[in-house]
Amino acid sequence: MVNQKINLNGLELKNPVLTASGTFGFGEEFTDYMDLSRIGGIVVKGTTIRHREGNPYPRMAETPSGMLNAVGLQNKGVRYFSENIYPRIKDYDTNVIVNVSGSTIEDYVETAEIIQELSQIPGIELNISCPNVKQGGMTFGTSCVEAAKVVAAVRKVYKRHLMVKLTPNVTDITEIARAVEAEGADSVSLINTLLGMAIDAEKRRPVLSTITGGLSGACVKPIALRMVWQTANAVKIPVVGLGGISSAADAIEFLLAGASAIQVGTANFIDPAISPKIAEGIVEYCERHGFQSVSELTGAMIVG
Amino acid sequence: MQKATSFILDLELTEIKSLNAQYVLMKFRDENPLPPMQPGQFAEVRVDGSPNTYLRRPVSINFVDIERNEVWMLIQIVGDGTKTLAKAQVGDKINMILPLGKSFTLPQPNEKVLLIGGGVGVAPLLMLGQQLQELNIPVSFLLGARSAGDLLELDEFSKYGTVYTTTEDGSAGEKGYVTQHSLLNTAAFNRIYTCGPKPMMLSVASYARKHAIECEVSLENMMACGIGACLCCVEDTTEGNLCVCKEGPVFNTNVLKW
Repeated sequence: MVNQKINLNGLELKNPVLTASGTFGFGEEFTDYMDLSRIGGIVVKGTTIRHREGNPYPRMAETPSGMLNAVGLQNKGVRYFSENIYPRIKDYDTNVIVNVSGSTIEDYVETAEIIQELSQIPGIELNISCPNVKQGGMTFGTSCVEAAKVVAAVRKVYKRHLMVKLTPNVTDITEIARAVEAEGADSVSLINTLLGMAIDAEKRRPVLSTITGGLSGACVKPIALRMVWQTANAVKIPVVGLGGISSAADAIEFLLAGASAIQVGTANFIDPAISPKIAEGIVEYCERHGFQSVSELTGAMIVG
Repeated sequence: MQKATSFILDLELTEIKSLNAQYVLMKFRDENPLPPMQPGQFAEVRVDGSPNTYLRRPVSINFVDIERNEVWMLIQIVGDGTKTLAKAQVGDKINMILPLGKSFTLPQPNEKVLLIGGGVGVAPLLMLGQQLQELNIPVSFLLGARSAGDLLELDEFSKYGTVYTTTEDGSAGEKGYVTQHSLLNTAAFNRIYTCGPKPMMLSVASYARKHAIECEVSLENMMACGIGACLCCVEDTTEGNLCVCKEGPVFNTNVLKW
């Protein structure tokens, strides 16, 4: 029997597979296709202090082995979440982590305080990396100083697991990772989407209403893997790897590169039942390679 | 946990019929009884084989043949995805998630209903027509296309109601657009169901509003997930941005900002 449990700096996961924010709704959208209790956790749709309508349609463009999105954090606000959605999802037999975003440091702090009142939410993922909002979002995640400030402010009020989601749209992601580690982040998750764009040449118009958007899907995997490897070598806190993971083999690459857990994102759109299959595939790999526990895979890449 | 209503299935292609250079009719079956499906719902179809068909393709449910345990889909060949799909061979298994989305609302008894379709948008109206006929509601279909060869499944539609047609070049039915058909000047309807190109639906919606007729449209916004998770396919409505895949694809025009 392979031990699948992961201790993510205090956050207990039954296996290393989480689902990525913005690709998994609130989990409810997926219960027709899979059993949520078979994965380590779900990171629910990004939440902000106030209701956001998001960006105008069109918000997506299919690209080779991937897609661009410009949803822009559409959500009904954290109070709606805590009053209406939380009661429906709190008893899921898995970790429910809430992704928190904001335009100002005060927004992040206030949202985190409201989430802290929800006893069955074991952690938040602080989104300092959304490329699709005009204010805040990625601007916090592209500067060490700003990233440190927002993490420090949230850390003061938020006592449970604080995961910080990093953007790849920076010169050196390890500097940002170190900055948030120094302010008390419990883990970092990476990567959020890569800033990209698409043009409809026949119409001579951008495909997205916002012109640019975030690229995700299988096409980003090599970049994400490289950044996870670099970051895992730069920080002591656990790294949660994501970016194009579409199979157990992909997930195992991220673990070997140094991730302690992984998130499945855009692949949920193609196969809504994929995340438990990835968890099973990781166990099968461990059996085949003689690993007693999944946690042994973290950083087990052989170099030289 | 609630009972599942939609499923990921590998359905077997039992028949593929080329209707003209642009359209194919595909019929699929399963070993097990197909899940209940309602007119207006759709499937998210996986098209394997190319980096350019990364996401699933939303396809309307055209008809369900309960006796044969078959679901029909009408495909317009427009891009890489539908081109690949149309090359499938009888016996191939195609992966799809179905049924998805909300269906058309059924009329009150005694209501006079008109089903207006254009191009590949006629697809969901066949199943709707069949269901209305089962409820003993007389059905009129008003179907439009560029020319005679683009009018699809007329033999099928005529099983469930009276079929009126328009073509842009006048090669069949009345010449012009559906909204110019003389039927709209002579008959009074209580409810219109429509699906087709957006300019056509806008024009139908405006006719319906002018004559205070209840009108439901089926939208085809670009989608990624099809199950309400990604929030990409939203339509701006009186209730804010709503997912076409989950809150639609059928909407009453009263909630749309058309």
